[in-house]
Amino acid sequence: MGKKITDKITWVGKIDWELKHFHGDELSTHHGSSYNAYLLRDKKNVLIDTVWSPYDHEFVAHLKQEIDLNDIDYIVMNHNENDHSGALPALMAEIPGTPIICTKKGEMILRGLYHQDWNYVNVKTGDTLNVGDNTLHFVECPMCHWPDTMVTYADQEQVLFSNDVFGQHYATESLYDDTECRSDIMREAQKYYANILNLYNNMVKKKVDEIVGMNLPLKLVAPSHGVIWRKYIADIIKCYQQWDSDYRENQVTIIYDTMWQATRHMAEAIACGLQEQDPGVRVVLMNAVKDDKNDILLEVFRSKAILVGSPTVNLGITYAIAGILELIHGMRFKHKSAAAFGSFGWGGGGEKRIQQLLEQAGFSIIAEPLKVKWAPDSEAEQQCRDWGKSIVASLEA
Amino acid sequence: MKKYECNVCGWVYDPAVGDPDNGIEPGTAFEDLPDDWVCPVCGVGKDDFSPVED
Repeated sequence: MGKKITDKITWVGKIDWELKHFHGDELSTHHGSSYNAYLLRDKKNVLIDTVWSPYDHEFVAHLKQEIDLNDIDYIVMNHNENDHSGALPALMAEIPGTPIICTKKGEMILRGLYHQDWNYVNVKTGDTLNVGDNTLHFVECPMCHWPDTMVTYADQEQVLFSNDVFGQHYATESLYDDTECRSDIMREAQKYYANILNLYNNMVKKKVDEIVGMNLPLKLVAPSHGVIWRKYIADIIKCYQQWDSDYRENQVTIIYDTMWQATRHMAEAIACGLQEQDPGVRVVLMNAVKDDKNDILLEVFRSKAILVGSPTVNLGITYAIAGILELIHGMRFKHKSAAAFGSFGWGGGGEKRIQQLLEQAGFSIIAEPLKVKWAPDSEAEQQCRDWGKSIVASLEA
Repeated sequence: MKKYECNVCGWVYDPAVGDPDNGIEPGTAFEDLPDDWVCPVCGVGKDDFSPVED
């Protein structure tokens, strides 16, 4: 059902409590998500974004309870990925001539996804649309996170429809930031950033600075996923300004996989060494198989250095370590350090492969790879602790 | 030397700056970029760039 968020705006989206994986299986969503769509009722009526296709008929049926579909004058599509445009085919079947306001790239994407000759109206930064008391202001935000992305500001309501920017995968019945556990939503916002936006840091930085520079009065920042920001607007903007500038905390994350526990023993001894050398450093161990891949990426995002370990298997590395390194490569982390380690039985070589992949992912290598033959004995464990100590020492240097 | 703008994401290739992160030295004309060079922001190829008019 619709939820009124200002005098003239009603939330008409879908809360998806069941969603645990998204973008196929590329993204875990432990707290579910929502597809936020909004209906602005002014002298003209404007629908802003829709929902994912599994919920298209549900969406249209609920929308009909709010408004006669024929009274919708415009549809604003801030971003046209399937989770926001998925209900358009069902909706446009009922109101086929309604203008769809989107960027030129947005039209390209809609045509590519649905192959329909709808009534597209292209807008760009600086364009406005008066709908009565409100004028809608459009700002293109390419690559935040697709080429078509834009945000829309309703000036009388003082609401910024920020689409995926400031979004989080978080299901909430209340819709607002101040009714939820603050650390949960901030973690989801950061995980969203680390897994989706980090690779476009430069564009995000440029656009967030541009939006902040517009000095818009903001009562609500209404993204397309998760909570609407009401109490913590300044906080989430400040977080983005930190996150978009090669973010790191005093953290070292050890990511490993293990077959017969030797590499795990190495990881734990290395962790000991790190902590002994610098009691102030936060050390996080993640098993690439047992821990969630997107949670691992969040820890990489927070880290100043990562240490990645795999046993040598079939002259290479395990599939989980190869997979996580591919995800890390895709996020184009900058100004982070790394080193490789691993156990082996005869030839070895896994650690060299890891180092090569870390270099390709843009990490500075801070130590020679550490390898241990068979299961580590006490001497090898000491070697691992010393290696950990030397890494913290070179990070401090 | 002309600047070129990516048609997809709007990133501008400035020959004076090059693309040092990807091994392109400052002073490299757009025309001299290798054929397999891609936009450092969104990953499309040279065909998706247009000259920036002064």
